[in-house]
Amino acid sequence: MRTLEEAAPAVAPLQAVNDFVIRFANVNGSGSASANRLFARAILRMGVPATPRNIFPSNIQGLPTWYEIRVSEAGHLGARGGTDLLVQMNPQTWDADIRAIEPGGYLFYDSTKPLPASKFRDDITVIGMPLTEICNRTYTDSRQRQLFKNIIYVGALSALLDMDPVAIEDLLREQFRAKEKLIPPNLEALHLGRDYALAHLPCPIGLRVRPSEAVGDRVFLEGNAAAGLGAVYGGATVCAWYPITPSTSLAEGYMRFAARYRTDKETGKKRFASVQAEDELASIGMVIGASWNGARAFTATSGPGISLMQEFLGLAYFAEIPAVLFNVQRAGPSTGMPTRTQQCDILVCAQASHGDTRHVLLFPEDPHECFTMGALAFDLAERLQTPIFVMLDLDIGMNERLCAPLAWDDSKRMDRGKVMTAAELEAGRDFGRYLDVDGDGIPYRTYPGTHATRGSFFTRGTSRDRYARYTEDGAAYQDNMERLLVKFDTAKQLVPPAIRRDAAQPTRLGAIYYGSTAAPMDEAVELLAARGIHLDLLRVRAYPFGAEVLDFIEGHDTIFVVEQNRDAQLRQLLIAESETNPKRLVRVLHYDGSPITARIIAAAIWNDAAPARSVAQPEAVK
Amino acid sequence: MTFLPKPRLHHPDLAANELGFTRRDYEGSISTLCAGCGHDSISAAIIRACYELNLPPHRIAKLSGIGCSSKTPTYFLGNSHGFNSVHGRMPSVLTGANLANRDLIYLGVSGDGDSASIGLGQFAHAIRRAVNMCYIVENNGVYGLTKGQFSATADRGATNKRGVANQDQPIDLVSMALQLGATYVGRSFSGDKGQLVPLIKGALSHRGAAFIDCISPCIAFNNHQGSTKSFDYVREHNEAMNALDVLTGRDEITLDQEPGTVEVVRQHDGSLLKLRKLDAAYDPTDRIGAMNFLQTHHARGEIVTGLLYVDPDAEDMHGFHETVDTPLNALDDAVLCPGSAALDKINASLR
Repeated sequence: MRTLEEAAPAVAPLQAVNDFVIRFANVNGSGSASANRLFARAILRMGVPATPRNIFPSNIQGLPTWYEIRVSEAGHLGARGGTDLLVQMNPQTWDADIRAIEPGGYLFYDSTKPLPASKFRDDITVIGMPLTEICNRTYTDSRQRQLFKNIIYVGALSALLDMDPVAIEDLLREQFRAKEKLIPPNLEALHLGRDYALAHLPCPIGLRVRPSEAVGDRVFLEGNAAAGLGAVYGGATVCAWYPITPSTSLAEGYMRFAARYRTDKETGKKRFASVQAEDELASIGMVIGASWNGARAFTATSGPGISLMQEFLGLAYFAEIPAVLFNVQRAGPSTGMPTRTQQCDILVCAQASHGDTRHVLLFPEDPHECFTMGALAFDLAERLQTPIFVMLDLDIGMNERLCAPLAWDDSKRMDRGKVMTAAELEAGRDFGRYLDVDGDGIPYRTYPGTHATRGSFFTRGTSRDRYARYTEDGAAYQDNMERLLVKFDTAKQLVPPAIRRDAAQPTRLGAIYYGSTAAPMDEAVELLAARGIHLDLLRVRAYPFGAEVLDFIEGHDTIFVVEQNRDAQLRQLLIAESETNPKRLVRVLHYDGSPITARIIAAAIWNDAAPARSVAQPEAVK
Repeated sequence: MTFLPKPRLHHPDLAANELGFTRRDYEGSISTLCAGCGHDSISAAIIRACYELNLPPHRIAKLSGIGCSSKTPTYFLGNSHGFNSVHGRMPSVLTGANLANRDLIYLGVSGDGDSASIGLGQFAHAIRRAVNMCYIVENNGVYGLTKGQFSATADRGATNKRGVANQDQPIDLVSMALQLGATYVGRSFSGDKGQLVPLIKGALSHRGAAFIDCISPCIAFNNHQGSTKSFDYVREHNEAMNALDVLTGRDEITLDQEPGTVEVVRQHDGSLLKLRKLDAAYDPTDRIGAMNFLQTHHARGEIVTGLLYVDPDAEDMHGFHETVDTPLNALDDAVLCPGSAALDKINASLR
């Protein structure tokens, strides 16, 4: 085993307070995720923003998995790239993980078995702790040896990073509130690791966590759970879904919250129904059936599910049936990388199904917006009588993220859209299911069972006239398709507008981005501004694009469109809608399955924009 | 072809049911199916069943997939909401509709291509979920709109119009429905109104997944010698089977059994169908017995029709999901939205 003294780094060890990246390399199924999460939450409890990312394989047990925590008092929540402290618990990925450590960084590893010097680097600080040996000495049960090893290294890290263990102790007590007998052994394991580190390791190292107030009143949750909660607040009563990573926890989140808030206390009966369908075709079929019948219904899925739903989505568009789809995007096509993040379903959702279709998309940036857009989607679906896609991705869906507290206005009521009532029908009001009476392209509908003799209609994917009567008359078909375009125009006024943030000084450069790219974009623009590249920003929150998006494109010479897919999918939509010269929209793409980082964005924009300005390459931009 | 309204004139003395509706009030627009199509007889049977059951037309939702059979909901219950969905997917749409409002009556109309081929999965899963519905398959063994290809219910050895024999094994939806847990299972013929109307009435009255396989031969593409689902034969048979069980409610289903007989009617083209009515020894509440009976008689080349199985005390999907009695589509903000106070607590738990 090499000691710290023997491995004196060739470059100065990193020194940072509340600003570094820890990466845990673990084996899937070893119980590491909950220990790592405990550690991340302890940092948050100390008031320091910390953003964890679980990078996991499509596997239940045995394959490599990583857990990364970005600690950033400045509040940068996007992935940064690079590792300052590697907690290496998985020999399988040793070499590649060691290579990714920043010069001057730190390696913490299980030193029970000696490793040759060639396995280390001389420009990092190496900290060995015989974790397996300690566990084998302390515990006899093999499962305990495994699980407590994780808690022991959390204890050691608390000492190395100069953290008060109180936050971890509190979290352990909260976690095991229902299983109290687990609290003492966990606390013992924590202090076993901490005490060993204080006695034998060079505590603290150059990376420190110091109490702060930077977290404020923000909350910490997964986008999927937030979207599921949004569906509860949005009044969804029917959920139909099929298990698929990374969307499963969204439906499960809905069920958990609905069971809590929608169970009748007297009868125990539920004010919701959730059906695990046999496939995604059935999921969307049920959503369409329920919405047609006046319930608020949704499904949660990912790319392959969207592909299977295509025919039904054309029906919903053409027959004008509300539907809400949460698409938690992952790398495709086909199974692709099912546990890695991308924004790769923009086009397939915007133009889902055969024939001429256009669909409304919402792009939440974080769990807070997953909640608000999750609720809003149901109002939009019923107001517009069309499918609404809430486009999450794995990065915000399956990772907990710090965000503004969830908020709700109690005076708000569901917008059920244009629904003709029995009283209106009785009064003789003219009802044409596909009749545009208000000029906004949105017709009235009736729920089945409303009136004994008036207001019934036949819903079909086949062409029909304004009174829903079957017809193959070309003019009637075209009339209907034109009205659907009017309706799509109306949608532009109803969806959340893009948010513009101008640079501190006038610039002809702009950047358009959306969804989970928001956090790294915020950081990238700071990196670039510090080096003289100034960008006006536009965060697109919905499709169709409002006038503000087209104005932004008009108002800049060069617009960088930052996306997490190969084909620059949003850029294609922007070009189609704005009819601008495509050369003005510069692709900034990242699609290897890892979340896009500020460094990647800044480097790409720098490389494109800097030559014209002859400014030196910034140090922080690699 | 476009919408064909039906003249509203009718005989002034046309009888009305208890709700004051005449049979005409349960009709739809004029059928655009081939003249003499068996599906139109099934539509007529549905109209009569709803009329006789005194069902308010608007309290029925009729749903279908794609195909000749799935076009028929336009031709009955014009005051009901209808939904002609996508091919093979009626069961999921109906399931969702049922989840939204448990108070309506759901009538699913499908065909053998729609339910036994492209939609076999949805057929199976809607039944195993115990969706409260009357699911009718208008079974003619061929694809009509695409001009006569075999469907998955075509018997092995049956020939198409050009004399080519089908080599694939047939899917028997009745056997599947029994195996999948349907709680009301019947088979009938489109022409045998006496048998079909009460079967439909029983299915509409049933709580749980009710399934009826109604053989309805295709006059255009499956009406020739060598076909085992020929329409001419059924027309003859319709006369022979005129008086069957009259079912007005669940309780009477087990009481009105006719003694079992096999009727063989030869069509003008020579194809044969054997029809077995329920015999005295047949216990329609015995699922395993029904499955054995079906298999035994199928092996003899006979087609068993009638009410084959019923569980009068069946539970439905809403019962299993423990949903509230109020239809989910009628719940308002007050009970659906937990509000800001609950959200404050959630926020507090997320720090």
